[in-house]
Amino acid sequence: MNVAVAKTGSGRAVSDLFASAEGRLPGSPSVIASRREAFETYERLGLPHRRIEEWKYTDLRALVGEVLPLAAAPDAAALKRAADAVKAHAIAGARKLVLVDGVFAADLSDVRALTAEAGFRTLRETLEKDAGLLTTASTDAVIALNAAMATDGVVLSIADGAQLSAPIQIIHIATAASASAFTRSQVVIGKGARATLVESFVAAGAKAYQVNDAVIVTVGDDADVAHIRLMDDAPDAVNVTSHFVTVGANVKLNFFNMTTGAAVSRLQGLITLAGEGSELSANGVNLLQKTEHGDTTLVVDHAVPNCVSREVFRAVIDDRAHSVFQGRIIVRPDAQKTDGKMMTRALLLSDEAEADNKPELEIFADDVSCGHGATSGALDDSLLFYLKARGLPEKQAQALLIQAFVGEAVEQIADDGLREHVIGIAERWLERRS
Amino acid sequence: MALLEVKDLKVRVEEREILHGLTLTVNEGEIHAIMGPNGSGKSTLSHVIAGKPGYEVTDGQILFKGEDLLEMAPEERAAKGVFLAFQYPVEIPGVTTMNFLRTALNAQRKARGESELMVPDFLKKVREVSKSLNIPQDMLKRGVNVGFSGGEKKRNEVLQMALFEPSLCILDEMDSGLDIDALRIAADGVNALHSPKRAMVVITHYQRLLNYIVPDVVHVMSKGRVVKSGGKELALELEESGYTQFEDAA
Repeated sequence: MNVAVAKTGSGRAVSDLFASAEGRLPGSPSVIASRREAFETYERLGLPHRRIEEWKYTDLRALVGEVLPLAAAPDAAALKRAADAVKAHAIAGARKLVLVDGVFAADLSDVRALTAEAGFRTLRETLEKDAGLLTTASTDAVIALNAAMATDGVVLSIADGAQLSAPIQIIHIATAASASAFTRSQVVIGKGARATLVESFVAAGAKAYQVNDAVIVTVGDDADVAHIRLMDDAPDAVNVTSHFVTVGANVKLNFFNMTTGAAVSRLQGLITLAGEGSELSANGVNLLQKTEHGDTTLVVDHAVPNCVSREVFRAVIDDRAHSVFQGRIIVRPDAQKTDGKMMTRALLLSDEAEADNKPELEIFADDVSCGHGATSGALDDSLLFYLKARGLPEKQAQALLIQAFVGEAVEQIADDGLREHVIGIAERWLERRS
Repeated sequence: MALLEVKDLKVRVEEREILHGLTLTVNEGEIHAIMGPNGSGKSTLSHVIAGKPGYEVTDGQILFKGEDLLEMAPEERAAKGVFLAFQYPVEIPGVTTMNFLRTALNAQRKARGESELMVPDFLKKVREVSKSLNIPQDMLKRGVNVGFSGGEKKRNEVLQMALFEPSLCILDEMDSGLDIDALRIAADGVNALHSPKRAMVVITHYQRLLNYIVPDVVHVMSKGRVVKSGGKELALELEESGYTQFEDAA
């Protein structure tokens, strides 16, 4: 039934999207063939819409309409603008890997420092051999589109036992207006390794662009990993990102996502706890204003016994913005002694702001402890008055309370420097409020 | 010199008049006590002076240092030197007391056109004052009033008073929920702040607090008006005879 829908209206343009990009897509002839197959899947499905349950609150057909043509490879001027953006958004001391309009920019990256501690290749390089990284077990149209169109990405491998001395920061920079960037990255973290991965999405002057990113992470047994994603794209951009994370045994994984940009965004993550004794902390903050639509969809799949998962999600929604949180905890039949909890709270700063919370528990084991909670509400007037009576103007009083509200999620970031970086982005969001 | 002049103030809350023409003058350096039964309008008066929303002033005026207080937002009143010590100080999880104190102090200084206080100077001052009020340093690192006992919350109010150096302090039922020791510490803190330039308005049900903070003037409120004013002996008289006589007078 979707065939008819996909072909009506924008059907023609959909095919042009791939045809016009094909000559620029990296990969051997067999890789190109599997790209074409992925594109056919996307074409058959079309952009996700509200009748697909997982996309009920984020109807990309209505919100985005069409996928923009592939961005041209960045020229010298674009790289210059990107270099300035790197300076503004780099985390002090981090090893940077920079993707500009979907193309890896070696000159802006710290490849040499990084390769002293970790294995690194570009997606482009790996696709010369095979299409392995373009396959994922998913029937989602945006992921199929990503497989078809991905121009580049980073492929990292961190050896068993490696203790990285600095965070790795992947910075996605958009310089091309009204164009799309498709990226796909893979991070393999060895047994007993310790690593911090940060992903940043920012604009360098570009407007009305689209980002479709996919990240595949595998965490080995006994590893200790912090994974932080900071999506601060231009206010009129679109960002759709898919994460596939597989976690081994006795792992500590601390994931954090913050959305402060893009007109329309969705982070959809699937985290599979595949080894016993692991602890997952998955947290997020959506800060939305104007007419922004931000969707965080997380599936935590307890596939084995004795794992703990904790999710703390906070949304601050101003003006006519719309926040979506969908959190699903799956407990497989074997996953006894699972301890999974999820708490989501939304703060509505205007009468027209909207929050949709959809927590789901799918429990197939009988000896588990799982729970979820969801609240939404406005700022507390009595707290606001107390702060004003102590001299804080309305805006500043609100800002302090908003920071406190998101604090519970932000405080899950253990590293002081990273936490300060995140708070800095949140503060700039607060300053943008009209 | 008159610091606070409340003239024939009429205030409504949700269509019901609470203050029916209240008049009160507080001069620099004076300590005034306002006493009265529940529902006489004591707390309403303190809220209206501080600028709490939800109160409709239908008549009369409030002048502070000669300026029309009712025209000012609550934060402007704070910057001008009005301080309300809350009967029930709120808890603000996620905002540390230290961060709150610094943000508030600098907001007031900025509103007055003064420079921000440097961090070392600020810390030194907070340490001095909190020590004198018996407030442990680790309390300052916790969320504002989160997990504080009743006495600690009130001492935190006095700490703010000492830091912000207001010229008018309104203490709304400072004694409520405090045992005698907690009351003494808080009252000592307040007394230490009393100066020839700074006035205090102490709102209370009971004479007990006035053993520690000795007023120059005592006002009795009943049914939205000041029905009697006198010296500190008026408080003792009230303790013996109760408020009933004044309810009839009102």
